[in-house]
Amino acid sequence: MIGSARYWREIPQRYRYEAAKCAKCGRVAFPPRLVCAGCRGREFTPVKLAQTGVVETFTVIHVAPTGFGDETPYAVGIVKLDDGVRVTAQITDCETGKLAIGDRVKLEFRRLQQDGESGIICYGYKFVPAIG
Amino acid sequence: MEVGIVGYGAYVPRHRIKVEEIAKVWGADAPSYKKGLMLREKSVPTPDQDTITMSVEAARHAVRRAGIDPALIGAIYVGSESHPYAVKPSGTVVAEALGATPEIHCADMEFACKAGSEGMFVALSLVKAGQMPYALGIGADTSQGAPGDALEYSASAGAAAYIFGREKIVAVCEDTYAYMTDTPDFWRREYQFYPRHAGRYTGEPAYFKHVLSCARGLMAKSKTTPADFRWAVFHQPNGKFPMRAAQELGFSKEKVEQGWLSPTLGNTYSGSSPMGLSAILDVAKPGDRILMVSYGSGAGSDGFIWRVTDHITAVQGLAPHTRAQLEDRPIYIDYGTYAKYRGKIRKLAE
Repeated sequence: MIGSARYWREIPQRYRYEAAKCAKCGRVAFPPRLVCAGCRGREFTPVKLAQTGVVETFTVIHVAPTGFGDETPYAVGIVKLDDGVRVTAQITDCETGKLAIGDRVKLEFRRLQQDGESGIICYGYKFVPAIG
Repeated sequence: MEVGIVGYGAYVPRHRIKVEEIAKVWGADAPSYKKGLMLREKSVPTPDQDTITMSVEAARHAVRRAGIDPALIGAIYVGSESHPYAVKPSGTVVAEALGATPEIHCADMEFACKAGSEGMFVALSLVKAGQMPYALGIGADTSQGAPGDALEYSASAGAAAYIFGREKIVAVCEDTYAYMTDTPDFWRREYQFYPRHAGRYTGEPAYFKHVLSCARGLMAKSKTTPADFRWAVFHQPNGKFPMRAAQELGFSKEKVEQGWLSPTLGNTYSGSSPMGLSAILDVAKPGDRILMVSYGSGAGSDGFIWRVTDHITAVQGLAPHTRAQLEDRPIYIDYGTYAKYRGKIRKLAE
């Protein structure tokens, strides 16, 4: 379970998909980094990720970590967004047996986990099949 | 200066349960429920969906249609009877997700099923008063009916969001009216998981008295008659009540059918009449006039008259239509899955 402080720090990424684009080489980092992994540049401009993409690969979780047991079986995948950035997230609202590489998906705001019945609820993004 | 809706949006969860599936478990007669309540199925939220997540999605649709910078939104009011936290606002999460913080006023509203239109009323009024350029009112719920209770066939999930402003209006608010009394027809006490209701008493002295009085009061105030309206939408606790209200007021079936979502959506409580309005706006034509009357137990109704402008056609296609979401590949679940999703199964404490 993630605590209040860490959850709060990640709000710009988890709620608004805010990434950082290197001013020198244009590489996009999500989540943002202090130093560019491509050119070691230290100047970034904030960019918002595309909210639709294609499933590049995925796996189906049958034995889940603590807090996710009720959700099995569920899919976790790597999605290549339409702006080229790859994001790892749960893929939900789909039958895991019918999910396929190449499927069009979009980001949706969902509950990610909660700290028991009395703790904070953590929100963020998951992928769902794109409409129609 | 005219004030009205500049952006609107709805969100419908994908999962559904049919009346037959619920009736089977409780030994009830499905055909009589379907006929009596005029309901076929209802939406079900998954465990990772709640009032906040649906509010965010509906509000994002509204922002897309409004085409505004979310930072200009001066207030967000989320109306719901199923806010995820007892203490901690839903509105701040929505504001943060939209990028509307920190110069914003947030409050969570509650008034049984009327909380959504209540938020709309306050947001609209603040813009009208010139306090802010834009304000957002949201109605959303993931309501619960007690296992085996009649409410279990209708209590569903959904959200609708409305951004009010003074420029690029898609529906001008021509008039408003409110009608309320102290009526104990439906309630939920603190720490109780399920609401209670007064059975048949929820009909005549509660729903019909307030909805009909509000609609009649609003039409009298604005000097209009049903003939002046192209569309009407009423709160939809089931399929039957809004149709009967329309009939008693003199609105033809053709005027209410587009916004009549409850037969396949169920009762989305605070989202109910706001979602019906969104389905109407999806197909409305410039010049159409819409009568909207909400209802919340306890009890009261908010009434609005909307006049659709030429700008509507430019925004209708910018976000998913409400009926398209309702009909797009629904995922049907059995009662066991439904009970698990809705937290009706008692488990070992973690």
